[in-house]
Order: sequence, then structure tokens, then C-alpha cells
Amino acid sequence: MAKERLVVPAKKKKTRPGDVVFNICNYTFFILFTIMCAFPFYYLIINTISNNDLSNRGLINLIPQGIHFKNYVEVFKIDGFLRSFWISVARTVLGTICTVFASALLGFVFSQQKMWARKFWYRFMVITMYFSAGLIPMYIIILNLKLTNTFWVYIIPAIVQPFNVILVKTFIESLPASLQEAAEIDGAGVLQVFFKIVLPLVTPSLATIAIFAAVGQWNSFQDTMLYITDKSLYSLQYRVYTYINQANSIAMAIKNSGTSNSALINLATQQTPTSIRMSVTVVTVLPILFIYPMFQKHFVKGMMIGAVKG
Amino acid sequence: MAKAKAEKVPQQAVRKKKEKGIPEKYRLFLIALPFLVLVFIFSYLPLYGWRYAFYDYKPPLKLSQCDYVGFKWFTMLFRNKGWVTQIVNVLKNTFAMSGLGILVSVLPVAFAIFLSEIKCKWAKNLIQTLTTLPNFISWVIVYSVAFSLFSTTGMVNSVLTDLGVISAPISFLDSPDHVWLKMCLWGVWKGVGWSSIMYLAAISSCDQELYEAARVDGAGRFRLMWHITLPQLLPTYFVLLMLSVANILSNGMEQYYVFANAFNKDKIQVLDYYVYTISMGGGNTYSLGVAIGILKSIVSVTLLFIVNKISKKVRGESIV
Repeated sequence: MAKERLVVPAKKKKTRPGDVVFNICNYTFFILFTIMCAFPFYYLIINTISNNDLSNRGLINLIPQGIHFKNYVEVFKIDGFLRSFWISVARTVLGTICTVFASALLGFVFSQQKMWARKFWYRFMVITMYFSAGLIPMYIIILNLKLTNTFWVYIIPAIVQPFNVILVKTFIESLPASLQEAAEIDGAGVLQVFFKIVLPLVTPSLATIAIFAAVGQWNSFQDTMLYITDKSLYSLQYRVYTYINQANSIAMAIKNSGTSNSALINLATQQTPTSIRMSVTVVTVLPILFIYPMFQKHFVKGMMIGAVKG
Repeated sequence: MAKAKAEKVPQQAVRKKKEKGIPEKYRLFLIALPFLVLVFIFSYLPLYGWRYAFYDYKPPLKLSQCDYVGFKWFTMLFRNKGWVTQIVNVLKNTFAMSGLGILVSVLPVAFAIFLSEIKCKWAKNLIQTLTTLPNFISWVIVYSVAFSLFSTTGMVNSVLTDLGVISAPISFLDSPDHVWLKMCLWGVWKGVGWSSIMYLAAISSCDQELYEAARVDGAGRFRLMWHITLPQLLPTYFVLLMLSVANILSNGMEQYYVFANAFNKDKIQVLDYYVYTISMGGGNTYSLGVAIGILKSIVSVTLLFIVNKISKKVRGESIV
């Protein structure tokens, strides 16, 4: 939406040599930087689908060779990986739903002038963005609530996110008030107004929140590190972190686990520390790589809404 | 689907009679209540945990079984030689990382200005998409990427060795040299594309007539960028700058935690990471960790107030 306006009205002006030089430099810089951003992902992907022996010797740099997909099959066989994958999927889905619903409902409630002590409660929530009790007090609370080593520690503390509530509230306040008034005259109650009038209208800002919440949940690492010791509840990111550090021993374990006892070891598909490290990384990144371009527009939109102060 | 629902509403709503009972203003409050309770539990209740800083807390024991030590931990932070050297080192790292972060915060502005000079639409979109991508990758994955490319057996070393540029692999990741700079560069790699989005949005809402007028007056491309685009971005930049000044002590720990190793430990330990290390990360001095947390919060909130004051003075508008 923003882009149309950026295009300078098509006025035919002569391109001066200075402009040409500028454009060349500008394009060169951006092309280089873009390659810097994208190449690492390309590099990981081609290495995971290439001949493992070549990849391990660092010979795959630009073009994949000896394409096979056995690495991905093997990766899901690593003890606990699939489990963590599902834990991460579950927390992403559930966490996102909870956050989106809470943000919508709270944003709506705080947009209602009639609410009892509205200003106070709004500030009560917003102020929490600016302070934090710290790592250990938070840990103690989680511990006392018996949330450590439960799946819910991923969901419950993250439900209310003040910034998202502000986003929805601002958005609702920009809607014409007459819609809600009309419904109220027709006798709609509070929840009815919310579900039937407001909720369908705020979907753009909810989409933004959903994406941020989902990416946040998927990428979250620290909560596992702090609150979870039960390996069956490890999130994917934490699991990947441990794998990266233990790639050597995992590769050894796979090597020794029977399938390759035959005299002829197929070096091309034999798991190596490199292949394990890269494959788990790609599996973790892939969902984001796929989803991300589809939602890029929403990010931009969301930032613009967010830029309006609540 | 949602839109269709919205259109059906009036007819349905007519039939519904107004619910009786609790007045609406309390009903609204009751709807919010469960969530406000969550806010209370996870944001306010932990503040009560600050009392742990005044005890000698040893985890399996209950707080009531631990000794009350008053301000021992706070005074220790300033008096005990061993702790002071550590804290000074940690603060040095923290300020260095945050300082570099603030320095490079101009990069997204420049990035946005120059990107908006690219008139080819699809190229611009492609650049934007690919440069924003790293922002959505967790630090764990950034570390994994870094490992694949920059470890002693990684791509960069093997390519450089093959080309004969170097004879022995360079240890990019496990060396204590330039740690601050490297961390900062990873931050730039991850964040610059994303941070520029906000500035790009601001540029796109610039008044085109200003450009036209300036062009008629004979302003060249650089003058337009300097005199028209840049001033329009400054308010946004200012707000973000002020916020990063207020957050100078909190640079998070994830990035530093994943990149830390035995070689760079002394240079990479920032305050948040340090608090983790001395308490949950094996140090077991929980109470000291809480004490540092308290001091950190006080400093941060004070800074926020100061910064807000400055903002009011400069822009006539508060940040918070």
C-alpha cells in the first residue's frame, strides 16, 4: 500500500551520469547485503541435501551435489527430536490462539468508555511493559505456581502482552463508533457486540498479532532453559541448541546404531556432525521460511498500526 | 467468512433482549478480570520476590528457614573486591554492547533512505523480504548458521584455505578478540532489515509535494535525501534512540548465551547473562542475583523517566 506512493510521478527527467554511478553503487550494496542475509540459509539447505561426505569436507559451497534426502529422515529418528517438534508446534498453535483472543478481548474492553475504572486498569496493564522484577523472582513465582516442568509454562505467562492489547485498542478506537451504537440500540449485549461486530472488524490487527505471537512461540528458547528440566517437554529450539553442541556424539550414536554395520559404509548418506547440525537447523527454520514471505505485508502493516501511540 | 457474519448482525441483535443483572460497567470489568489477574501474577507478584535479596536464600530451603542478612548483598556488590572486579567487567561488556548497539542504530535509517532510492519495485520488495528474514530466526539458529560458516571447519575457513589466503584456520567464534564487535555485527545482520521497515513506512508517508517543490528549486538527489527524507525520519529515530538509552542495561541474554564459550566468556558476559550465571546457571547465589536485578530495575526505570523528560523537552511529547 505504501509502495505506490513511493514511485515518483513519472516525470521524464534526464539521467545524469552522477545518477548512474549512484544507482550502480546503491544496487551493488543492496545486492551484496541481500546475499549476505539469504546465502547462509541457502548454504545450509544445499548442504543438507548434498552428499554428506562432500559436505563434511566443505566442498559444497554453491551447488548441491549428490542430492538425497536421507538426512531429514535420520534427523527425525534422533531421540527426542520428533517429540520436541510437536511440543513446539503445540505451543505455537495454542499460545498464538490464547494471545490473540486475550488481546482482542482486552483491547475491546479497554476501548469501552463505560468500563469501571478503565483508565486505572489500562495503566495497570500498560505499565508492566516498562519494568521487570527480574529473572529469579519470576522463576520463584513459576516455581510456586507449580508451573515448572509443565507444558503450561509456555502458554500462561505469555497470554497477556500489553503491546498487543494497545494495538487492538488503537485499532478499535479508529473504527466508527456508530457501528457499536447501532448494535447496542438493537439490544446487543457486551459480548455480542464483541463477537459479532468488533471481532470481525479487527482481524487485520489480529493477523499481525498472530504472526508475531507464533514466531515468538516458535523461536522461544529461554523459557525451556529456565523452567524445564524434563526432556520430554523441551521445545525445538532448546533441543536444537543441545544438538548443535553434541553433534559429534549424535553422529557417533547413529553410526553405531546397527544400520551401517555392513562393511560398505555409504559415506554419501552417512550422518556426520555437520549433517546433523545443519539438518536440525533447517527443520527448525523451514516453517518460518515458508510462512514468512506470505505474511510480510502484515508485518509492515502491523508496524504502521503499532507506530500510532496507544 | 467474518465479514458475512458482520452483515447478519443487525437482524439477530434486534431479537436479543438486553441482559439483566450486573451493570454493564462491571460486566466489562469482569470480562477483563481473569486477564488482569494474569498481569498481576506474572508482572506484579514477582516484585514481592525482591525480598529474597535481603536473605541468604539457599533454594531447597524455604525462605523462612534462611537467614535475614539485610543489605549484605548490596554492600557486597560495592565492597567485596572479587565481586567488584567481576561486576565492573560485566558492566564494561554491557555498556560496550549497548553502546555499539546505539551507534549502529543509525544504520536502519540509512538503509531505509537508500532502499527507498531503488525505484525498481520488485527488486525493492525482494531486498526487503530477504533482509528482514534473519529477524525472524531465533538466536539459536543464528548461532547454528554462524557455526556452519565461521567455525574452524566452517565454510569461510575452508574457502580461504583453499584459496591459499590463510594457512591455518581463523577461529572466529572461539576467540576473545573483537567479541563486542562481532556480537554487534550479528545484531546488525539480524536486525537492520527489520528495523528499517518502520523508517520505510515513514518515508512512504512523506509529502510528495515537498520533493516536487525541492526538485523545482534544483535540489539533487542527495539534497532531497538529506534535507527532506532524513528530517522526516528523525522523530521516529529519536524515540527509538531514547528507548535504547533507557534499556542500556538490558540487552537480554539469549544471543550472548548461545555464542558464549570458554574462550570469549570474559568479553561476552553482559548483565542479564551474568545474573543467570551466578544464580540458576550454577552459581547458586540467588539472593545476589535478585539484588542485582533490583538495582538494574531501579536504574532502568530512572533512565526511562529521564529520557521521557528529555523527550518532552525536545519534542513536546512523551515516549511512555
